[in-house]
Amino acid sequence: MRYIRPLSIEDAVGQLAGSAGPAAILAGGSDLLVRMKGGFVEPELIIDIKSIAGLRDIRETADGFSIGAAVPCAVLGENAALKKAWPGVVEAAKLIGSKQVQGRCTIVGNLCNASPAADSVPALVAAGARAVVVGPSGKRTIAVETVPTAPGRTSLAKGEIIEAILLDKRAPRSADAYLRFIPRTEMDIAVVSAGVNLTVDAAGIVTAARVAIGAAAPTVLLVEEGAQALIGRKLDEAALERLAKVCAGACRPIDDKRGTIEFRRKVAGVLARRAAQTAYARAGGK
Amino acid sequence: MAGVAVSTTINGDSVEYLCQPDETLLDVLRDRLGLTGAKEGCGTGDCGACSVIVDDRLVCSCLMLGAEAEGRRIETVEGMAHGDTLHPLQQKFLEHAALQCGICTPGFLIAAKDLLAKNPDPTEEEIRFGLAGNLCRCTGYDKIVRAVQDAAIVMKQA
Repeated sequence: MRYIRPLSIEDAVGQLAGSAGPAAILAGGSDLLVRMKGGFVEPELIIDIKSIAGLRDIRETADGFSIGAAVPCAVLGENAALKKAWPGVVEAAKLIGSKQVQGRCTIVGNLCNASPAADSVPALVAAGARAVVVGPSGKRTIAVETVPTAPGRTSLAKGEIIEAILLDKRAPRSADAYLRFIPRTEMDIAVVSAGVNLTVDAAGIVTAARVAIGAAAPTVLLVEEGAQALIGRKLDEAALERLAKVCAGACRPIDDKRGTIEFRRKVAGVLARRAAQTAYARAGGK
Repeated sequence: MAGVAVSTTINGDSVEYLCQPDETLLDVLRDRLGLTGAKEGCGTGDCGACSVIVDDRLVCSCLMLGAEAEGRRIETVEGMAHGDTLHPLQQKFLEHAALQCGICTPGFLIAAKDLLAKNPDPTEEEIRFGLAGNLCRCTGYDKIVRAVQDAAIVMKQA
C-alpha cells in the first residue's frame, strides 16, 4: 500500500485514474479507516486530499457557498454565515458522529459513502446542493442526489473526485431544516430522516420547496410530491397532512433491527411535517 | 510496503518517525513512540478511548493514519501534567473517583480538556453532550461529569 498527499486536484485525479489496483480518497477517514480495519476494503493507494489548496476552505461567493471536500463538519458549524443561510444543512452535518468524528468527517465523504441513512445527504438534496466533480476529462457539476446510486455505490467514474459542494445564494425568506429519528439522544444512525427547504413570500405562502427523505429507500429520496403539497399555500394543517401522506407513500423502506417498514413510513411523514414547520418558522412564515 | 517518514509535534516536542502507510496514529503513538496513554477500546471511532487533540481539534487517533500527522500539532494525555503537578482535570478525576478500571480515562481527560478550552463554563448538559463520544462502562458518568464541573471552577480561578 502507498500513501500519497498530492498538492493539486489534477495530480490527485491523475493518480486515482492511473492506479492499477483499488485506490481510496482520504479526507476525514471516519468511514475509510473503519472499512479498512474491518477488511471490507484493501486499497493499494490512499490519496489524502487535505493538502490540496482550497479543499479545506468554505468560500462565500456571489453565487452562494462552496464547501471544499476536506472541510470537517465541525468547521461547518463554526461558520456563522453558512449557518444563517443553510441552518438545515449545518444541523444535519453536525449530527454525524461524536465530537471526535466531527473534527474529521466531511459532507462529501458522507455523500460518497452512499449510505441511505447518511445524515447530511437528505439536507443537501433538499437544499438543491450540487457537487463539483473533477475527473480525467475535466470538471462537471451535478446534483447531489445523482451521486449515490445504491447503498455503497456512486455514479462517479474511475478517476473522478468531488472537489466541493455548492449551495446557492439564498432568496429572501428562505430556510431549511433536517430531522432524524434515533432511539437515543445522539450518537446513532438515522432510522428515518427528513430534510425540508423552502421559500415563502411576504404573505407566508410557500413559493418554492424541496423535500427529501433518508433511510427509507436504497438512496435518499427527493419527494417531488412533497414539494407540491407545500407550494402555493400557507403551511396549514391540510398542507402538512398532505406532505406527511405523500412522504410516507414515497418510502420504500426495509425491515431491519432499527425499524420496521410500517414504523419508517409513519415516522417519515411525521418528520417531514415537523421539519417543514421548523423551516417555515426559520424563513419567517406565519 | 514502503515506510512513510513523518515529522510532527507531540506535546510540544518535535518528533520524527517512520510508519507504515496503513498504520493508525494510535498504533504509532503506542507501539512506536511508547505513548501508551491513548487506549484502543473499539478501534472504530465509537468509544473515544484513543482521543487526542490534533491542531486544536479532538479526534480519535484510531481513525487517523500516522502518516497524516505530518506537520500537525498533537496533544496526548501524557502532556497534561507538568512534572509532578497534575492538570486540574486529572486532580479532580482522582478526588471525585471518576474512574474505576481506567481504560477510558485518558480519552475522557483529553476530551474534557478540549471541551473546557472551547467552553470554560459548560452546563451539565453541555458536558454530557460534549463527552458523548467517550464511553465508560464502569462509572455511570455522574462522577466524571462532576469532576469536569469541579475542574472548570478551579481552572476559571487560575
